[in-house]
Amino acid sequence: MSNINRREFLKILGIGAFIGLGGWSLFEVVGRGEIEAFVERYRKAPEALHAKRWAMVIDLKKLNPKIINDCTEACHRIHNVPKILNPKEEIKWIWEEKFKNAFPELKDEYMAPEIKNMSVLVLCNHCENPPCVRVCPTKATFKRKDGIVMMDMHRCIGCRFCMAGCPYGARSFNWRDPRQYVKNENPEFPFRMKGVVEKCTFCYERIDRGLPPACVEVSNGAIIYGDIADPNSEVRKVLSSNFAIRRKAKLGTKPSVYYLI
Amino acid sequence: MLELALKGSPRYWGWLFFLAILIGAAFITYLYQFQIGLGITGMSRDVSWGLYIGQFTFLVGVAASAVTIVLPYYLHNYKKYGRIAVLGEFLAVPSILMCMLFIFVDLGQPMRVLNVLLHPTPNSIMFYDMIVLSGYLILNLLCGWVILMAEKKGAPPPKWIKPFLYIAICWAPSIHIVTAFLYQGLPGRDYWMTAIMAAKFLSSAFASGPSLLVILCMIVRKFTNFDPGKEAIQTLAKTAAYFLLVTIAFYLFEVFTAFYSGITSHQYSIIYLFKGLEGYSKLVPVMSICVLLAAIGLIILITPPLRKWEVTLAIGAASTFLCMWLEKGITLVVGGFIPNPFERVFEYWPTLPEAIITIGVWAVGFFVLTLLYKIASTVKEKAVFDKYGEKQIKVSV
Repeated sequence: MSNINRREFLKILGIGAFIGLGGWSLFEVVGRGEIEAFVERYRKAPEALHAKRWAMVIDLKKLNPKIINDCTEACHRIHNVPKILNPKEEIKWIWEEKFKNAFPELKDEYMAPEIKNMSVLVLCNHCENPPCVRVCPTKATFKRKDGIVMMDMHRCIGCRFCMAGCPYGARSFNWRDPRQYVKNENPEFPFRMKGVVEKCTFCYERIDRGLPPACVEVSNGAIIYGDIADPNSEVRKVLSSNFAIRRKAKLGTKPSVYYLI
Repeated sequence: MLELALKGSPRYWGWLFFLAILIGAAFITYLYQFQIGLGITGMSRDVSWGLYIGQFTFLVGVAASAVTIVLPYYLHNYKKYGRIAVLGEFLAVPSILMCMLFIFVDLGQPMRVLNVLLHPTPNSIMFYDMIVLSGYLILNLLCGWVILMAEKKGAPPPKWIKPFLYIAICWAPSIHIVTAFLYQGLPGRDYWMTAIMAAKFLSSAFASGPSLLVILCMIVRKFTNFDPGKEAIQTLAKTAAYFLLVTIAFYLFEVFTAFYSGITSHQYSIIYLFKGLEGYSKLVPVMSICVLLAAIGLIILITPPLRKWEVTLAIGAASTFLCMWLEKGITLVVGGFIPNPFERVFEYWPTLPEAIITIGVWAVGFFVLTLLYKIASTVKEKAVFDKYGEKQIKVSV
């Protein structure tokens, strides 16, 4: 430090004073209480649910048209998912597919038609090893500590690399402004804008308030969820006593959504 | 040197004006896309990349192909390429520029493009693509410019440029390998998920780039006094011939793997492109033309008399270039998305606004290319003799 000259010393002093005064004035303007309230808003609520890795088990035998409709309706309503009828620009977070389409590698020409055409609810698999997170150039899609694959629609640049990366077709892109396609807006959940990708987020906003995912809530027991890392959780119990499958398991993505057939 | 681009014949200005009109039309169309969103394109939830990303992929190859001139010249002292090395470098510059523009027009939120720098993500191949593309742009502009400047002054190029030349040679394949990695590392897209993708990208690039350079050399010779040299053109044609052959072979290896193994999911895209799938066959004509052009290109380029006669050579080079453009610029990207993850076919075809924007970006490329080639050819015309004492202007003038 001995070789600091006068000029540099003054520079450092000036920068220090600037930061100091700037920081002080921030306190003056904002006020301590407000800062604390701000921090509090981002602290997890005490009732928040915790897990090492969230997972879902969908019992296909229990699904019926009403439950399927309730699940998609509930999800799309509370998340302001636009209802676009043009299949080219469709946006969906959870929806119905036929078994042969959801599990194309399992279809067989002698498979009973009722199985082949059985309804399956599909959604983001919240993979343990998600290709979408791997390819995203801005970390706009990322994995939470509890395994939920999240989407930051404010950071997404709309390159759609994640859509090419996702082997489940779980991601939708806003090809135009979605607002005009939402009838009853839920003011509690943010709207998206054109040019960003969106998908199911495992109802993180409900989990963090101690509520189950919306689809689970209205599924009448057809969908259960829980911590797959906890041997005593309901999902683990169901998986240890039933035959369950996952979509395209051979790809190594390790989906967290299981299906009972 | 820039001032050399400011003096030209009415034909030169007319050409630039024509390109400017195309650029203007594309710009207005882009404003429309910016306003409405990417919904004005033919892309969909299932085919989420289309013409834009296809052009990007193809042009990375054209840019990388500068190495087919630069390497023989700087590493093996192949003297015939002395005159045209700068043409290779100056082709790479607008190509990379177009690549960047195609990425930009493809973004849903272009105003957020700097997020890629703001939140650098080394696990994304896109991150590396950004690094290698910008590096390559700078390297080629630097090398081309410095060496041309030296020629203008009648002096040997400065010594410090040498390391940059060697770096540029190593850098060239990297840009296309990284671009291939964008595709070949994606699970569930069987048409792309093949280790030969990067190799095929390089070989098709080294077929399409030299083909384009053959045509560009002929154009330069016709419209300026600078003569790139018959032998240089012939060597370019041979390079294109070998790599076209290799590319076709690589494609056939793919077909063999998919069909001999019998794995149906690996066959779907190929069947869709050549025959149509479940009654959907929009890209079959494109692929058929592609095959036809490959055949014409191959026959001409590998038959010595046809390759040596410049009329047929021009046809062969144009066929090769167009064939690679159709394969990489359209069918490769779209074919990879068909069928979709639910094994349903949802087709893609570009819309008019999408085509206008695409043409406009190409026009930007040709605009920059024209300026750079104008500068290069003017310097060459004035130098009269090339580095090795041979006349590099047309004898008649």
